[in-house]
Amino acid sequence: MRHEKTEEKPVISASASKGDTGVYRRLPMPARYAINAVVVLVLLVLGELMIDGGAINRYQSTVLEQVGIYIILAVSLNIATGYLGQLPLGHAGFMSMGAYGCSIFIIRTSEALGVGARDFVTGTPMTLLLVIGGLIVGGLCAAIAGIIIGIPALRLKGDYLAIITLAFAEIIRVVMLNIDDVVGFELTGGAAGLTGIPGFSSFLLVFGCVAVVCFLIHTMMKSRHGRAILAIRDNEIAAEATGVNTTYYKTLAFVVSAFFAGVAGGLYAGCVGVLQPAVFGFMKSIEILVMVVLGGMGSMLGSAISATVLTILPEALRAFSEYRMIAYAVVLIIVMIFRPQGLLGSYDFSLSRIIERVMNRDFPWRKREASPADEKSGEEVSVDAER
Amino acid sequence: MFENVSRRQFVTGSAAAALALGLVGCGGNGGGASEGGDASGAIKVGIMGPHTGDNSSYGLACLNGTQLYFKQLNADGGVNGKQVEPVVYDEKGDATEAVNAYNRLVQEDGVTGIVGDVTTGPTIAVAKASVTDNMPCVTPSATAADVVTYGDNYFRACVTDPEQGRVMANFAVEQGYKSVATLYLNGSDYSEGVNAAFCEEAEAAGITITAQESYAEGDVDFNSQLTNIIGTNPDAILVPNYYQDDGMIVTQARAQGYDKVFLGVDGWSGIYGGSENYADAADLHDCYYCCAFSSSNESEIATKFVEDYEAEYGETPTNFCALGYDAAMVLANGLAAAEEAGLEPGSDDYKQAVIDGIASGTVEGVTGSIAYEGTGDPVKSSLIITFAEDGAEETFEVLEA
Amino acid sequence: MFITQVLNGLQLGSIYALVALGYTMVYGIILLLNFAHGDIIMVGAYVSWLVMAQLGLPPVLAIVLSVAACTLVGVLIDKVAYAPLRNAPRLSILITAIGVSYFLENGAQLVFGADAKVVPAYTDLTTVQVAGLSLSFPSVLTVLVTIAATVALTLVVQKTKLGKAMRAVSEDMGAARLMGINVNSTISFTFAVGSALAGIGAVLYAMAYTQANPTMGMMLGTKAFVAAVLGGIGSIPGAVVGGLLVGFAEVFVTALGLSVWKDAVVFLLLIIVLVVRPTGIFGRTMSEKV
Repeated sequence: MRHEKTEEKPVISASASKGDTGVYRRLPMPARYAINAVVVLVLLVLGELMIDGGAINRYQSTVLEQVGIYIILAVSLNIATGYLGQLPLGHAGFMSMGAYGCSIFIIRTSEALGVGARDFVTGTPMTLLLVIGGLIVGGLCAAIAGIIIGIPALRLKGDYLAIITLAFAEIIRVVMLNIDDVVGFELTGGAAGLTGIPGFSSFLLVFGCVAVVCFLIHTMMKSRHGRAILAIRDNEIAAEATGVNTTYYKTLAFVVSAFFAGVAGGLYAGCVGVLQPAVFGFMKSIEILVMVVLGGMGSMLGSAISATVLTILPEALRAFSEYRMIAYAVVLIIVMIFRPQGLLGSYDFSLSRIIERVMNRDFPWRKREASPADEKSGEEVSVDAER
Repeated sequence: MFENVSRRQFVTGSAAAALALGLVGCGGNGGGASEGGDASGAIKVGIMGPHTGDNSSYGLACLNGTQLYFKQLNADGGVNGKQVEPVVYDEKGDATEAVNAYNRLVQEDGVTGIVGDVTTGPTIAVAKASVTDNMPCVTPSATAADVVTYGDNYFRACVTDPEQGRVMANFAVEQGYKSVATLYLNGSDYSEGVNAAFCEEAEAAGITITAQESYAEGDVDFNSQLTNIIGTNPDAILVPNYYQDDGMIVTQARAQGYDKVFLGVDGWSGIYGGSENYADAADLHDCYYCCAFSSSNESEIATKFVEDYEAEYGETPTNFCALGYDAAMVLANGLAAAEEAGLEPGSDDYKQAVIDGIASGTVEGVTGSIAYEGTGDPVKSSLIITFAEDGAEETFEVLEA
Repeated sequence: MFITQVLNGLQLGSIYALVALGYTMVYGIILLLNFAHGDIIMVGAYVSWLVMAQLGLPPVLAIVLSVAACTLVGVLIDKVAYAPLRNAPRLSILITAIGVSYFLENGAQLVFGADAKVVPAYTDLTTVQVAGLSLSFPSVLTVLVTIAATVALTLVVQKTKLGKAMRAVSEDMGAARLMGINVNSTISFTFAVGSALAGIGAVLYAMAYTQANPTMGMMLGTKAFVAAVLGGIGSIPGAVVGGLLVGFAEVFVTALGLSVWKDAVVFLLLIIVLVVRPTGIFGRTMSEKV
């Protein structure tokens, strides 16, 4: 399924280097995991130190948190759009399920346990537990919504799926607005919004989640399950004919996508501190979609980078805010006409090379052992063998 | 398919890219800004609100009023001889953007006070964020009760949703209406807040609420709700929404043959005689709304404001413009108190002095005299506005605080 | 009161039906969900406002110019945004359509501001007497125009040479081209017809609801789109039935005193219909070939 397809479909990396395997030594898997973890940790600690040291002020760190949240949203939507090849227009609906689920869980349990809102800022083991629990609850709420809509929706094709997810997100919004009257007690706060959410999101938490989410999605996509999902994208009928349970895998991709959107929603709640259903409208879904499309559908790196750029750019260019939405629209059209695979589609390889160069400069000892660009099919086999 | 990018590259790549870009993006204008005034001795104040997007009509109206006040203040010599330098940020009506704008105002521009935010959701987010800084903020128009409850540093120039609901309920009692129906915007904290307070207060006073109908954002056809309402034959209909919807509702109700009373709140300001006439003058008979300001107000200060505003922007000011103007006045009053005490701008004492100055002072605004009695909610008078036959607004009644 | 509500439903439903017809026309030919369709209506309403309120020209001219402007905008959108993507994946075209819709909405906001503009009355006639009932003139006109448009469209598609070409293109674009049909001009014609319908819709909308604002196309477009999908997108009678269904659903949910759930019910209806009959009520089921 590899090289023949790579030119047509957006993939993480387009061109494979011609195989001169065996020249470079490769690290064993545990070491690679360890290096991963170390690099991520170093970056997180570095960022945290810069925040503590005052090199990054609160304005910048809040923007960074939002960058992280949008990265999670974009890479999670990417599962359904880029990898599964569907077009859900209701990602903000899942995000709101997660945001409300997480916030309500944290507010209620911290009330019951007598944890004050202040403790979330300073951070105690108890609050950490609560926050992680809250994020998982949020993710699960979104995942349940994903199952509810996914099973009927995925029987439909492209346009119908798009409109049915849009419809479902609208239903979620209306339910969030009016559920209080139905259940009889204050659950979501209705139009006035859910307030009293402790500000639990921090740079460390958000980017810790980004790392975990990227890792999980990447491993899933490299696994047997991921390949099944990609096969469905490339040709659903052929995939079914070769024995892929298309309904199962479509629902799986959809639900995983929803779950991570829910986690991002939880982080969003902790970052902003007030939730109003109106925030999670169609506009929000489109905003996330633009990030995925722009970055390159099926490219996680592309999603992450475009999420970063599109979050920071409006901040940097506040003066031009009137033109932002219109610029979004124009960029969307132009990208679709000239680069349907997404802006970074063609640059992906060179871009990852740039990052590799950065990485190799950071860790010169790595260069002697193995140049990452040359780790390929052999590695893949070992990954699969593990499973 | 993923053979070229390993897991390590991915995870670190994503994180590194995010971090690197993040730092490049924000780092450029790094946090060197000192709080408070700059070398020239100007006092920096922030103005924020939705200047683009769906809520921009309200945000821009507030902005115009606020800027007009600071302009006049500077022309009169500023505060304590120092010029006031407004820094304006748009937050598009989004809570996230509002928090960003707030943080930027405080951390990068080093403002000493903020006029904003305009709508409730973003304002609550800003109010929460501002407590730790003890940053003096005055919102012209965020009416939800919550806004001023997070810290002592937040004030508002307008009255709350519940207060407006109570005012209109009292008015209904006074006028002797026995039954009232309501039509509110589902999903708007403002509209729902007023509706809830009105219904509670009116029912306590013995008025029957015959129907509570709602519509959704973007709806233009209110006929079926109005059919329901008119079927219950109420003495009055409460429509606690903004002028564009109000205009359509009044028009459609009159077309269905309803010729009794409409009650409204300050969102009605601008329904007639502003940039557009959202309802025919003939349909606006028997409409009453409570408001802090009307261009028909004949008090000296209001008349002067209307003249100045028209000279500056070429249009008649609405309630929002007046509230923006007054919010700026309230903040300037606090700044003056801190300046008189001779404190160093940006210091904690200075901010506290501004807050104390606002809390203890009284300003004679164009929307009436504004004083704070221990909370961030103003004690001020309200007007009941109605419409003449030619559609011109008339002050029906002045309700003293 | 029941009769009044039926009439309310009929009026709302006919507006939806008229807009849904435009969606269906375009979808029937190139299988494109033209997200921008609702926003073309917005353009039409603003043109009416410009012509009457700003230039002070007579209403007849406003109607003609609105329809003309919508037609032009529709064809232009097709040429600029959709035509380069004829052979691209469906996903790309759909995203482009969303982009066009956003462009029009935000463009209008930039040019005209977020505040609604009031479109002056086209006519002094506000009510007509039919069988002892006093009906609002815009609703009667909307119903009549919707019926006329349905009949005219059906005739065009079924009886004319162009209609034949349209059906052929819809069936198989490649084969149609081989048969000597000018596919591009056929598609342009379809867009012109669909957008002209949007222009008529804009006039009727402005007549009934008097206001034009940049986002008015969004909710109207979404509802009409739901209507088109409900009825079976690509089917002309389906659009009308779907439109009326959505209109009546909204009105009757409201009449039952459940107005807060109105939109949720409409969308739920859509989900249920799609699950039970994935191509809508009148939709053709097409078997997928490898």
